[in-house]
Amino acid sequence: MKLLTHNLLSSHVRGVGPRGFPLRLQATEVRINPVEFNPEFVARMIPKVEWAALLEAADTLHLVEVPKEPIQGYEHDEKFLRKMHHVLLEVDVLEGTLQCPESGRLFPISRGIPNMLLSDEETES
Amino acid sequence: VFAMDSNHQHNYKLNKTEKKFLRKQIKAKHTLLRHEGIQTVSYATQNLVVANGGLGNGVSRKQLLPVLEKCGLVDALLMPPNKPYSFARYKTTEESKRAYVTLNGKEIVDDLGQKIILYLNFVEKAQWKELGSQALPPGLMVIEEIISSEDEKMLFESVDWTKDTDNQNFQKSLKHRRVKHFGYEFHYESNNVDKDEPLPGGLPDICNSILEKWVKEGYIKHKPDQLTINQYEPGHGIPAHIDTHSAFEDEIVSLSLGSEIVMDFKHPDGVTVPVMLPRRSLLVMTGESRYLWTHGITPRKFDTVQASEDHKSGIITSDVGDLTLSKRGVRTSFTFRKVRQTPCNCSYPLVCDSQRKETPPSFPENDKEASQLEQEHVHQVYEEIARHFSSTRHSPWPRVVEFLKALPSGSTVADIGCGNGKYLGINKELHMIGCDRSQNLVDICREKHFQAFVCDALAVPVRSGSCDACISIAVIHHFATAERRVAALQELVRLLRPGGKALIYVWAMEQEYNKQKSKYLRGNRISQGKKEEINTDTSVQGLHMDQMPDMGNQDLASSVPSINDFQEGGCDSRKVTDSKLPIHTNRTAFHSQDVLVPWHLRGNPDKDKPVEPFGPAGSHDPSPVFHRYYHVFREGELEAACQTLSNVSILQSYYDQGNWCVILQKI
Repeated sequence: MKLLTHNLLSSHVRGVGPRGFPLRLQATEVRINPVEFNPEFVARMIPKVEWAALLEAADTLHLVEVPKEPIQGYEHDEKFLRKMHHVLLEVDVLEGTLQCPESGRLFPISRGIPNMLLSDEETES
Repeated sequence: VFAMDSNHQHNYKLNKTEKKFLRKQIKAKHTLLRHEGIQTVSYATQNLVVANGGLGNGVSRKQLLPVLEKCGLVDALLMPPNKPYSFARYKTTEESKRAYVTLNGKEIVDDLGQKIILYLNFVEKAQWKELGSQALPPGLMVIEEIISSEDEKMLFESVDWTKDTDNQNFQKSLKHRRVKHFGYEFHYESNNVDKDEPLPGGLPDICNSILEKWVKEGYIKHKPDQLTINQYEPGHGIPAHIDTHSAFEDEIVSLSLGSEIVMDFKHPDGVTVPVMLPRRSLLVMTGESRYLWTHGITPRKFDTVQASEDHKSGIITSDVGDLTLSKRGVRTSFTFRKVRQTPCNCSYPLVCDSQRKETPPSFPENDKEASQLEQEHVHQVYEEIARHFSSTRHSPWPRVVEFLKALPSGSTVADIGCGNGKYLGINKELHMIGCDRSQNLVDICREKHFQAFVCDALAVPVRSGSCDACISIAVIHHFATAERRVAALQELVRLLRPGGKALIYVWAMEQEYNKQKSKYLRGNRISQGKKEEINTDTSVQGLHMDQMPDMGNQDLASSVPSINDFQEGGCDSRKVTDSKLPIHTNRTAFHSQDVLVPWHLRGNPDKDKPVEPFGPAGSHDPSPVFHRYYHVFREGELEAACQTLSNVSILQSYYDQGNWCVILQKI
């Protein structure tokens, strides 16, 4: 699971709503997968990123190089875009967990795949 | 010396025989390209493709290699399994040219003594796509040299094929082999034993002492009480089967005497593992290999085996540089089993006759029943057929591709129910994520390096309003009540930002629209030619597409019933009076909106018959049939469901190859 994907995921346990975001990330195995750099693509992703969630996730993975916020004129700042390219697309969490910040429910990440299945009881309204 | 190359033919005056060879050589060239995609070249290279000189043609490495070596030093000889050709790489182009000139039209004698004429063409590369490394099925063991030659001889002598000829119960000459039973008789009509009627005399004494030794030495855990002796002449075989779960305990062992043989193990998802059983070896099947995998012996006179000497038992790998043919001898197998006294409680309920439901499921009365139906007849089924399903799903549907290609660069798109991820890589300028209820299908997405996770379409763990677009292709029709289908649509819309679009495909009740039959119905006719082509290629094990059509599928899985079935309406022509879900006949019109659609596994000889899945307990289908629940939509039904959603406008709705489709926009 890439951090760009983590940035979209939110807990869907019944009744949690928007308080289910962001999921707390715990990683026991992380791999760096080189991905071809596409500056335009990365630049288009930046405004969609929930920055606080990204910082929190990057922090748990001890990725120090994430800027506190997008810098002015980032569209043309190759250094910044390369950094974000790495953080969002190349860091791959293979093993670990995602935790709902509201209910505490844990979701396993195994072989890079988050399993977000809930039981019927957890979803029934 | 005659040149076979068509470019130069006018420079030479060819005699009649030469002309014939040239014609045949050109024909071979075309066949290779058309059927196998092998591109031959008109200039000389080090590499040659040798048409007719293949394992699939009865030509072994031992026969072909010396012929080739007469023309020069052979660097590699690749002999793909079951193919009527092989690839040879010479050290130099000089040598390959010599082979090309001298061996074209050359007659050799194959392993059965039949004459075969070789045709050679140059290729750029001598290569063959390996089928990937394989492992033995879980729970399988082959123990070499389990008994001595003396014991083998003694066991042989203990079998008296002449005795009991008047008692057909003990000894039978089946279509493809001779059998004899001890301990309990095995009934081939029911594929079971009569537990209350053991045969007098039990197992032969010599077997008892050998079995006790194996238990003591830890090769087997329990002492068996039933023995079946099979004798296979070369050319004999046994169809792929799973030993009836309710008849025998977990551990099944088989001793090979007289000659080695290759036994094929198949997983329901299509993976095939050929396993070499050497002479005097013991095959031990437990767990998954006993309960879930089928095993069988293909009736043939030669097996494709490893050429290297050090390799004896176990898997026949797909290393085409090391394959040859082995002539079969008479093999006698002693199969020992322990009769089961209680119903089977294995972990493979879908292939277990003890656990199989006696009656088809009913139409769900409430949400809970709907959820259970989906669990059993959607989720569980996809989980079991995932690999196989995926192998038949590679062509994306054109109009879905069109939708994805038209989205602006940098759009975030969620594919809810992404299956094997065939849409996730369509447009590289999109940020696509996929999810599916089936872990095994998501595993396949991950292998393709896509971002995907496991979840239910009713509860998607993605923040609201985060997606520019969503697609839901062939998913909503798996929900078993109208409420659940609307809830799934509402969940899809929740993910969209205002202005975001969703494309939804569901299977249509109307498989004929505007007087046009959908590909699902037409596939029947169209696939005839294609099927033949596919079937000639027996090496793409597990990749056959001849079982299960799906919703208006462009993949055109070739299939199943005859036009007769269509006219008779198949077996779901019976009305839904008892609230039991009818079973649909593939490639026919629908007669009910809520149906079970069978997925036939490859190699099922009865696939053309109407499906009788809930037969008597103990019935024994080597390749199980899986039933997926569908609610097929009537014209206007999908739009009507969408109109009940809040904050949505319908941009477009259309019919596409047997599917109803809608493009929504969130307001």
